[in-house]
Amino acid sequence: MIEVNNLYKSFGELEVLKGINEHIMKEEVVVVIGPSGSGKSTFLRCINLMEQPTKGTIKIKGIDITSAKTNINQVRQKVGMVFQQFNLFPHMNVMENITLAPIKLKGLTKKEAEEVAYELLDKVGLREKAMEYPNKLSGGQKQRIAIARALAMNPEIMLFDEPTSALDPEMVKEVLEVIRGLANEGMTMMIVTHEMGFAKEVGTRLLFMDEGKIIESGNPKEIFANPKEERTRIFLSKVL
Amino acid sequence: MSVWEIFFGNDRYKYMLDGLKFSLLVTAFAAVIGVVIGVVVALLSITDFKPFKFLKGKKFFGKWADFNPFSFIATIYVDIIRGTPSVVQLMIMHTVIFGSVKNIPKLVVAGLAFGINSGAYVAEIVRAGIQGLDKGQMEAARSLGMSYSMAMYYIIIPQAIKNILPALVSEFIILLKETSIVGFIGGMDLLRSANIIISQTYRAFEPLMAVAIIYLVLTGVFTKIMRIVERRMRVSD
Repeated sequence: MIEVNNLYKSFGELEVLKGINEHIMKEEVVVVIGPSGSGKSTFLRCINLMEQPTKGTIKIKGIDITSAKTNINQVRQKVGMVFQQFNLFPHMNVMENITLAPIKLKGLTKKEAEEVAYELLDKVGLREKAMEYPNKLSGGQKQRIAIARALAMNPEIMLFDEPTSALDPEMVKEVLEVIRGLANEGMTMMIVTHEMGFAKEVGTRLLFMDEGKIIESGNPKEIFANPKEERTRIFLSKVL
Repeated sequence: MSVWEIFFGNDRYKYMLDGLKFSLLVTAFAAVIGVVIGVVVALLSITDFKPFKFLKGKKFFGKWADFNPFSFIATIYVDIIRGTPSVVQLMIMHTVIFGSVKNIPKLVVAGLAFGINSGAYVAEIVRAGIQGLDKGQMEAARSLGMSYSMAMYYIIIPQAIKNILPALVSEFIILLKETSIVGFIGGMDLLRSANIIISQTYRAFEPLMAVAIIYLVLTGVFTKIMRIVERRMRVSD
C-alpha cells in the first residue's frame, strides 16, 4: 500500500529524516512513537506530500508521488489526514466542513454528500452538531468532526498526526474510540502518537523512531514487553 | 453677507455639488483600481515562485536559489509608493506621464494616481490578511485533495476577507480624504469648490466648515457601514 524508499528530508541545514525504508501493507495499523524531534511527524507528513522529501521515493498503491508527473491532488483524495490542531474550517458549519470536498472534488450532489455526512456523523456520534460552527465545539468534538471530514472522501489510507496531543485529558478517550473503530473496520492507518496504551492495544505494528531513523519495528506488545534496541528500551522506560 | 447668500447667491452651491461629485468619483475610481492592483500584488508577494531553485547549494549563485522575482517586484512597488508623498505621485502622473497628452480628463489622471497609490496599501492589507491565517487551513484543504487555487478560493480567501475588510474600509476613508489634494493638478473637487466660493465672497469660514462637515458625514457613513458588516460577519466566530 505504502512503499517508502531511502527517504531523506532536510529543513535548511537541519536533516530531519535520514534514510527511511518502510513498507506498509493494506489494513495495517502502524503506530509511530519516539522522542520529540525524532522526525515522526515529518515522516507522516511526507506520505501525502505535506512535506516535499529532499531525496528518496514514496509509492502509494504503486504510484510514485515524488515524481513530478504525478497529480498529487488525486492521490491525496485517497489519503485522509487528521491534524493535531484539527484545522476545521471556521467559516463553515460542520456539515459544510464535511461536504465541501466530496461535492467539489468527487462531483457528489449536495444531497448525496449530506447523506454520507450524516452516516459519518453517526459514526463519530455527533449527528446533532451538523449545523453548528466549529467555535461552538469542544476539542474532542472538533477532532471527531475532522476525522469525519477526512473520511468523507472515502480514503483508503488514514494518517493521524498526534491526534490527541492538543486535547484536554478527558477528551482523549472519545477520539481514540473513533480511531479504534476505524482500525476494527480494517482501515489502513498510520498514527503518530504519545498514547502508549493506545499504541499497544490498537497498533498491528509499531515503529520506534529516533534522530530521523526507524530504530525498531515490530509487534507493539512484543516491543513494549521486550525491546531489542537499547534506545527503544531507554525511551520506553521514560514514558511508561 | 448672510450664510444663505454665501451658498445660494449666484447658485454657488452648485460648485460644491460638482466638487462633491468629483471627489466621490475619483475615490470610487481609485478604490476599484486600488483593490485590483492590491489583490494582484498581494498574491504575487505570497507566491512560492522560485525559478532559480536549481542553483541551491551552488557556489556564488547559491543565494539566488530563494529569489522570488514576483515577490521582489511587489516589494519594490510597495516601497516606492509608500516611501513617496501622494501629492508628488499625483504631480508626476499629471505633468510627467500624462504631460504631453492633451484633453485627458482630470478625473482619469487623478483616479489612476490615487488608484496606484492605494494599491500599495491595499496590497499590504491583503497580504497581512492572508498570511495572518493559520497555515493549517491551507494544509487541511490540500490534504483533502484540493488544488492550491481551490483551497485559496473556498478556504483562504473567505476567511482572509473577514480579516481584511475593516482595514480596507479605513483605507477607503483615507483615500477619500486624500483626494482633497487634486487641486494641485487643477481638479475641481470639494475643497477646490470651497476656494472658488471664498474668492467670490471673501468669506472663508463658512465654505471651509461646509467642506469639513461634508467629509465628516461621508467618513461617518463609511465607518457605520463597516461596523454593521463586521457585526454580521461575527456570526461564525
